[in-house]
Amino acid sequence: MTTRKDSKVSKAEPEKKPAASSAAETQAAEPVEPQSGRWSNAVREILSGSAVMSVMAIVLSIIIGGILIAATDTQVQQTAGYFFSRPGDMLKAIWDSVSGAYSSLFQGSIYNFRRPGFVNGIKPLAETLTFATPLIAAGLGVALGFRAGLFNIGGRGQMLFGAAAAGWVAFSFDLPYGLHLLIALVAGVAAGGLWGGLAGFLKARTGAHEVITTIMLNYVAFYFVYWMLSTPGMLQAPGSNNPKTPAMKDTAILPNFFGPNFQLHFGFFIVIGATFFVWWLLNRSTLGFQFRAVGFNPNAAKTAGMNVNRMYFYVMIFSGALVGLAGVFQVLGTVTTGFSSGIDAGIGFDAITVALLGRSKPWGVFAAGLLFGAFKAGGFSMQASQGIPIDIVLVVQSMIVLFIAAPPLVRAVFRLPKPNPLAAANIAKLQGKKAVVTK
Amino acid sequence: MKLELRGITKRFGTLVANDHIDLVVEPGEIHCLLGENGAGKSTLMNVLYGIYKADEGEILLDDKVQNFAGPGDAMAAGIGMVHQHFMLIPVFTVAENVMLGHEPTHFGGSLDLAKARAKVREISDRFGFDVDPDAVVEDLPVGVQQRVEIIKALSRDAHVLVFDEPTAVLTPQETDELMLIMKQLKETGTSIVFITHKLREVREVADRITVVRLGKVVGEAKPTASNEELASMMVGRAVELTIEKGKAKLGDPALVVEKLSVIDPIGQLVVNNISFDVKAGEIVAIAGVQGNGQTELVEAIMGLQPRVRGGISLDGRQLVGRTVREILDAGVGFVPEDRNVDGLVSEFSIAENLMLDRANGAPFAKFGSIQLQTLSDFSTEKLSEFDIRAQGIGTLAGNLSGGNQQKVVLARELSRELHLLVAAQPTRGLDVGSVEFVHTRIVEARDAGVPVLVVSTELDEVVALADRIAVMYRGGIVGIVPGDTPRDVLGLMMAGEAPRGSGKAA
Repeated sequence: MTTRKDSKVSKAEPEKKPAASSAAETQAAEPVEPQSGRWSNAVREILSGSAVMSVMAIVLSIIIGGILIAATDTQVQQTAGYFFSRPGDMLKAIWDSVSGAYSSLFQGSIYNFRRPGFVNGIKPLAETLTFATPLIAAGLGVALGFRAGLFNIGGRGQMLFGAAAAGWVAFSFDLPYGLHLLIALVAGVAAGGLWGGLAGFLKARTGAHEVITTIMLNYVAFYFVYWMLSTPGMLQAPGSNNPKTPAMKDTAILPNFFGPNFQLHFGFFIVIGATFFVWWLLNRSTLGFQFRAVGFNPNAAKTAGMNVNRMYFYVMIFSGALVGLAGVFQVLGTVTTGFSSGIDAGIGFDAITVALLGRSKPWGVFAAGLLFGAFKAGGFSMQASQGIPIDIVLVVQSMIVLFIAAPPLVRAVFRLPKPNPLAAANIAKLQGKKAVVTK
Repeated sequence: MKLELRGITKRFGTLVANDHIDLVVEPGEIHCLLGENGAGKSTLMNVLYGIYKADEGEILLDDKVQNFAGPGDAMAAGIGMVHQHFMLIPVFTVAENVMLGHEPTHFGGSLDLAKARAKVREISDRFGFDVDPDAVVEDLPVGVQQRVEIIKALSRDAHVLVFDEPTAVLTPQETDELMLIMKQLKETGTSIVFITHKLREVREVADRITVVRLGKVVGEAKPTASNEELASMMVGRAVELTIEKGKAKLGDPALVVEKLSVIDPIGQLVVNNISFDVKAGEIVAIAGVQGNGQTELVEAIMGLQPRVRGGISLDGRQLVGRTVREILDAGVGFVPEDRNVDGLVSEFSIAENLMLDRANGAPFAKFGSIQLQTLSDFSTEKLSEFDIRAQGIGTLAGNLSGGNQQKVVLARELSRELHLLVAAQPTRGLDVGSVEFVHTRIVEARDAGVPVLVVSTELDEVVALADRIAVMYRGGIVGIVPGDTPRDVLGLMMAGEAPRGSGKAA
């Protein structure tokens, strides 16, 4: 650090040329400077936490969610009025509301004991998996970006384009069963990859920050798709005035795996494959090795002969493609009767949460996606059976992310040991020595 | 003020970083704390400064037991610390930095900058520091920034000053000036604790020397002790300070640099029209004070500088305009000057770092897939060959000591078939044992017929390694002289004076 500064100081001494003319040139020649330290350090801090921290964050937010449920419950509020004369009433009311809420969350997302038979009882789990499928796909995309040091906030745009492309293939062509689905799938993934790759290209070529470009490309995608949806001959259903497509043809729809009783479609198995693929890509492939090297230390990657800009481009293509896959699942699996511009259902943004909770590790993202799928599925039954606003579920979800982003807070609550970087470094140093001594 | 540490013990988990350390610093004494990296010197000083709490033992100032809860208490008790990495705010002026944390104020809380300025001037005049209170810190040379740190400590009436590896960032001249300042401070009765692992400085300035190894005091020494004695106390075995180096068997010029100029991103000419060559089987050292274009020269050779004029050819092949990948593939091994920034990915394991610059092809990759078995065999072999001290190949590079990190970089670069080795500051921040190891390896590469370009700001290193020395000053080469040129001549060249009677100057 000091050396850099050192050289800057003495460099200032020789002839000072007007830098204005060369500024543009420099910009073009050297678009990618290492990420601003503070930003990437923050992301690294969030991502480097252990699985324990993720679990603790979940536990903590469920506790706080419980407090909120109790506080918003009318029965609890009433009994609180005479708490000092009959405290038991209030405690019972609290217990009823919180336990009722979480048991209905469980019954709505995993297994409902009140329904007759196993097939009916397990339905909520299938529901959970259905909700989780696009979340996992998009989460994997965002996580891949994180691992290369990129913050892909463009999930919405990439999903919309993926959905639009897949949907267009699905309702406007007549192809045999299987092939139709395959082409629609590929089209959707390619469209998402293209849209993500565009942000990567802009970063690689001009140094434009991906956070800004992906956010703006979200708007571009949204209004462009909306325009196509409301233009006859584009995506709009013939003879309709609504900005909505016709229904998908049966030949392109992801088959329901367990029969018509369950919503769960084949996409869930595709997403298992995608998770395995991302795991292989990151941990076993040379491309993923370069992604990770660029993500951790772009300087060292560059010095080691890697083309950092090209990696930014590639990783955004992969990232966008995975998010595009989530869009495909939406139109070919979840909503097959035609879609409108709300088809992304906020999954593009939830994916960021899922990726963070999963610590950007493929199977971590898978688990986080399942959890969020369960929240989504269970949230409805919480609302239906207990009258708890769905917003409370969203509060719990948001709390999880908040706690993940503030590791010291969680450590303080659970009295976990504090990893002092200085001490840790010293320990490591000395341990290195000690290991040799004891050998 | 007399400082005494009694039986200081500091544990991190099961690890004892300081093991019953006793240390007495008399008033007006320069007491050197000598030890390898990781010996526990910095931990001890952090205990003294209140950053860590000692598990056992006590700190006494003038025979009174102290209890420091934090650096604030230590400062109030009269202990000042000059950190290796300066704790200054670059965009503030000297006066603003000095008053930071105990700002004098007027009524109503407005800052009394005049008072701070006066304080800086007063201390500055007392020691002949020549520091302008209104200069902005980031515009000052590193040596002057350090003086600001000293002023900062003195302005809080520090009677015990701790210097934590203060010379690591200084030029030889600045180091000499610092030595003078330390002697002056001593004469005014200030006690000084001087932490270092550089033997020459210790012998020049110390009144007493305490040697620390693996968290324990291994003994006291007098400044009259020889370098070899001190080094062997530090490392715990005899150390060879000058490497055995036979006569170079010179081959044809391999690396030829012709009329090379480099323009940096702000549009300044940082390397100015230089020419030199490195023959096969020869070590050419680029000497010079930090920041005279050496960094950019090396980056230009490696293809890391975008705006380069002139020619760099290796075995007749032009390197200018090629990508880093192509240059590495041409057989250039590169040890970057800052291993943590450019040389290693600290979050990667040793094994991953060992394949960092050849992850693309054989033998580590097949059909885009990493060959884990090959990698693990290779890494295990290199771990023992290069004596990298770690639990295993899965240890993260960031958890290694500086010396072991550098060994990882060397192992990676020397394991390829090399046609040129470029080593920038190969031993910066390393302890004596590691320096010896790195130097031996570099000489071995030379003896194997590889042309070697070493860039170093340490004269000791330049003299130890070089067959020929090129001295850089303000982007140009002042002269190219034989490896046995006396140090004072080199010193003058580093200040920009061309050597007399040397016809080889570029």
